[in-house]
Amino acid sequence: MRFSIILFGMVQALRLVALLHPRFAARLKERNLIAQFKLQDNSEGRWVQFRNGKVRSRKGIHQKPDFSIIFKNKAIAGEFLTPPFDQLVRIDAAKNFKLLVEGSDELAVWFMITLNEMQRARWKSGTNMGNGVVRYTNGTNGGPVFAYVKDGKIVRITPVEFSDEDAPSWTIKARGKEFTPPRRTTLAAHGLCQKSMVYSKNRILHPMKRVDFDPDGERNIHNRGKSEFERISWDEALDIVVKEIKRSKKHGPGAVLVTHGSHHQWGNLGHYLSAFNRFWNLIGCSKLHNNPDSWEGWYWGAMHHWGNSLRLGTPEFYGTVEDCLKEAELIVFWSSDPDASYGYEGTVRREWARELGIPMVHIDPFLNHTAAHLGGKWISPKPGTDSALAQALCYVWITENLYDKEFIEKRTTGFDEWKAYILGETDGAPKTPEWQEAETRVPAREVRALAREWGRRKTYLGAGGWGCGLGGAGRGPMGVQWARMMTILGAMQGFGRPGVNFGNLQFGAPLDFSFYFPGYAEGSMSGELTYSANAANNYQRMPHVVTMNSSRQNIPKIRLPEAIMEGRAGGFLTDVSSVRGQFLRYGYPAPGHAKIQMMYKYGSPNFGTMVDSNRWVRMYQSENLPFVVNQSIWREGETPFADVILPACTVFERWDIGEYYNVGAGYVHHMFSMVNHRVVSLQHKCIEPLGESKSDYDIFLAVAERLGLGAMYSEGGNTELDWCKRVFDSSDVAKHTTWKKFLKKGYFVVPADPENARAPTANRWFYEGRKKDTPEPYPLPADYVGEFGEGLQTTSGKFEFLPATLSQIEDPARPPLNHYQKSYENAEAEPALADFPLQLLTPHTRYPFHIMGDDEGCTLQDIREHRVTVNGHSYLVARVNRQDAEARGVKDDDLIRLWNLRGSVVCAAQLTDRLRPGVVSACTGSAQYRPVGEPGNSTDLGGCVNMLNPRKTITEKASGMAPNTSLIQFEKWTGADDWRRSEAA
Amino acid sequence: MAKKWNMIVDIARCDNCRNCFLATKDEHIGNEFPGYSAPQPERGHSWVDIKRHERGKWPAVEAHFVPVMCNHCDNAPCMKAARNGAITKRADGIVVIDPEKSKGQKQIVDACPYGAIFWNEERQVPQAWFFDAHLLDEGWPQTRLEQVCPTEAFRSMKVEDAEMERIAQEEELEALKPELGSKPRVHYKNMHLVTRCFVAGSVVVQVDGVEDCAADAEVVLKQDGQTLARARTDMFGDFRFDRLEKNSGQYQLELSSESSGRAATSFELGEQSLYLGPIALAS
Repeated sequence: MRFSIILFGMVQALRLVALLHPRFAARLKERNLIAQFKLQDNSEGRWVQFRNGKVRSRKGIHQKPDFSIIFKNKAIAGEFLTPPFDQLVRIDAAKNFKLLVEGSDELAVWFMITLNEMQRARWKSGTNMGNGVVRYTNGTNGGPVFAYVKDGKIVRITPVEFSDEDAPSWTIKARGKEFTPPRRTTLAAHGLCQKSMVYSKNRILHPMKRVDFDPDGERNIHNRGKSEFERISWDEALDIVVKEIKRSKKHGPGAVLVTHGSHHQWGNLGHYLSAFNRFWNLIGCSKLHNNPDSWEGWYWGAMHHWGNSLRLGTPEFYGTVEDCLKEAELIVFWSSDPDASYGYEGTVRREWARELGIPMVHIDPFLNHTAAHLGGKWISPKPGTDSALAQALCYVWITENLYDKEFIEKRTTGFDEWKAYILGETDGAPKTPEWQEAETRVPAREVRALAREWGRRKTYLGAGGWGCGLGGAGRGPMGVQWARMMTILGAMQGFGRPGVNFGNLQFGAPLDFSFYFPGYAEGSMSGELTYSANAANNYQRMPHVVTMNSSRQNIPKIRLPEAIMEGRAGGFLTDVSSVRGQFLRYGYPAPGHAKIQMMYKYGSPNFGTMVDSNRWVRMYQSENLPFVVNQSIWREGETPFADVILPACTVFERWDIGEYYNVGAGYVHHMFSMVNHRVVSLQHKCIEPLGESKSDYDIFLAVAERLGLGAMYSEGGNTELDWCKRVFDSSDVAKHTTWKKFLKKGYFVVPADPENARAPTANRWFYEGRKKDTPEPYPLPADYVGEFGEGLQTTSGKFEFLPATLSQIEDPARPPLNHYQKSYENAEAEPALADFPLQLLTPHTRYPFHIMGDDEGCTLQDIREHRVTVNGHSYLVARVNRQDAEARGVKDDDLIRLWNLRGSVVCAAQLTDRLRPGVVSACTGSAQYRPVGEPGNSTDLGGCVNMLNPRKTITEKASGMAPNTSLIQFEKWTGADDWRRSEAA
Repeated sequence: MAKKWNMIVDIARCDNCRNCFLATKDEHIGNEFPGYSAPQPERGHSWVDIKRHERGKWPAVEAHFVPVMCNHCDNAPCMKAARNGAITKRADGIVVIDPEKSKGQKQIVDACPYGAIFWNEERQVPQAWFFDAHLLDEGWPQTRLEQVCPTEAFRSMKVEDAEMERIAQEEELEALKPELGSKPRVHYKNMHLVTRCFVAGSVVVQVDGVEDCAADAEVVLKQDGQTLARARTDMFGDFRFDRLEKNSGQYQLELSSESSGRAATSFELGEQSLYLGPIALAS
């Protein structure tokens, strides 16, 4: 067909859609422009004019178009413009210079979005509930939700309740009983509070500028965090940001630093691994290199014994819910509180185990939420000494023949040396239960009893929050030793044997693991192929243009303050593709790269989540950081430490798409095995963005347009909803339902595998000496030492009691033989710590998600186990042992000051017997920062307890953080701040 | 007899996830339901409150949580305090405070013996959890508390009073402050977890000079020479007797194991649950 005729048809279609859809007609009035379509040789063309909402077009070449869309030849134009459109054809044209756009990038993007809008104008979303109420769906870090909306306002948020149309639930038959999960999703507190977060009084509704910041004059950097902000227009804000990007880039590659929290609002598009990465790859930037902060001990330690590098050193979990319920005779929860941070899908499964009478033991200095709910034996070691307890278990097993000798012989190496160490043959100290009692304060008899029961019964070891790693004792100065001990205990009992495995019923539900829907770590629209799992599936499934960051400069996240203030920072890589990736060093500044000139802060604040975070506060006042822009939804503790603030909207005010707890390959593969039903949700735009806030995608697009990158960023005028459809089309959901139905209903329940086709049980293949049969593509094929699928990802292919890889580095706290070593946070070794007799635990909080939801306008503020309001201010709760409190004259809800040489933080006391004496537990759940005096050098009333934790890495050659078990003191807060930071910290 | 609403709350199932508390805030902050309620203020109200209880002392301690809300009493003290017919008892048992008629009647807040009515300073009205009557009237099958509770601690039922009485007996349900005669329609299961005491201990034995846990030892609880209960120790030598009355005086314990010998001890039970620590058997 002739080029000009196709375009003529397009113009007719524009007019028709405008006639049928008033909103589209209104859109046509937004811009006046002339768009030229033509062939490269000017042999054919048609221009289209938009003027006051009227569309007209003429054949030929216009003299002064606002922009031109130029096709290389007629065949290419025909293929590109003739429906049905093939995404691959369109991308091919864009990538290979078959199509060019010249002229105004902003108008071209607007025009292309308008063309796409012709299709979108017919789309309908949401379920009519009567009385003007429409029920939309969305996704949160606490689970998928229904959002009831009336008159443009969210009325309520509820969990998703399934109907008979949705796929049936699975059933597990165990010991004569049948167990089926409830027909609904559960929600974590940080999901259920979302309406209050949307309408929080702390929402940033307009672009802002610090009053004493003048980009062309005095910047008053030292006043960050102190000065007020004034409202400015989007144009003014974007102009400053773009000017600063251009100024910075003149210094060389990497001069723009981008930072983000570890998490973002739920959804595949708005996530930092998606829209954010796509944008920054087009600009070029230095990125923060994240340490595996919730997996430290597993990544830097456990991994060396058995590989599992792509799981950050944690074990597989397939089939463990069924195996545990059918076979296990004891469950040991070790530093394991699954009911703390990821909702309650696994809770019912643990209740089934209790119903079946499986005994439970909880090892944790705090009687945690899971332990308090389930009951069972509570063992409370002194924080950081768990490895001694574990070694004493080994001692009893060895001396009483209670371990799996056949497994040790066939599947492991190095046991004889381990045994000699445990028996004290090498160091003269047998690791008896009595020996451990001096370290842990746990009665020797209890350790002996536990060892005997564990050795005789088929036992599941729930290690860490998820039972298969994560959090807890793995995040502390002793975290490497502890995680290594967990693998050793597993090996001595023959993990993979029926009823013997890792897990606490939180992971390993019998779902369909081959049904494809991407998780957010699979990169979505990012085009990023190196630092996400995009290349594995998503890039083929959803063709899109590749993007790449040309800067090679990375800064270790936990060393950012040093990089800025001292100009230098280094660390070891988080590289999950192999075991040895973590031995590689990197540093700032990278050769040939520029020093940081500006920081683009995006997402949640770091003062509450990073260790020794008074450093972060002081970093912002450093003259080495000439410009800071903060793109944020809420005014949080870190937000005012900026020069310009850009208001982002919540996920309820924009389109997105995602699956319940599916973060994707390359992060936590098959993490959705934590939930009872796979639920994919179209995250409806439920309401319009509040105030002048915009979606992250639209903010990035607006900046991109000012740099001539808008068409490239939006890949030819894709809106977020267009991307949602592209994700849908790329997934297996499209094989089960239509886009139209999915968009309206908003969710899809993925059918579980039939009982006879369920995934094999984790590690059974290894126990039985077969090739790996669990459905994860790990390790990489090259990492098998024998045939593909044979053995573990270690030098020997076996479980190594003394890992060969650890003998290749000199790291004193990671010797090949996992000796018991005391924590470096130790008054005997550090005399300066002698004034601080108490140990501080800083676990993840149960109510906010990390710090998301700790907003002053959020309903979580009224939860007295999270915050307590005193004189109009809300203070983070610190749990203190009753005896310790009484010794200091402290009562419930009293304000207390927790301090050491690094920081001083005021909290509200919660007296409890759920903690062993000498231990304080305060969650890292603060998004607030309220310094009494000079920011970074005074007491914080906001509850950033991470200020008390050391900056020192977990071991000398492991760039992990070690936030637990810091030594502190507390006293009743008098209101007078005489604390001064000491450099000795 | 008409069917009326009741709510059963199982204290053993509540783990303080706070979803009921948050759902009630989600439902009422910023939402006006004419005839039922004015919006809840943004901060400070706990229409469904969760009271924290600990029993025992480290290292033998339990944590329990009691959701407390409007009890929808059949003999409601708030109704007696209300003027102008501001509070009505519906035919289905639900107590509703009229958001118009109750304006300025702060005495209603003080009248509730459960502290379940809150004063809305801005609107000058007393407010409480009204059983999600606005949703039930729209045809919702259950309250939001049940919809969001992951551990199924709540169970609402619309039954005749006689049937409810039967269930209450069968499941040993109790009311808060029954002595007031307010006749609550909220019934608690496993109330002993907060109203009564346990006594626990660990039985130990010396074997070849080493202290071990005495598993499967028999423990007999006696008072005034009468046997009250028997228990066997678990793998850690631990035993526990529950449902003992506070301040119930002197008790005796006799401990024995065929292989390891015997021991006896006594204790006095006051307000608090007790952990007796290790008790050594000797032959």
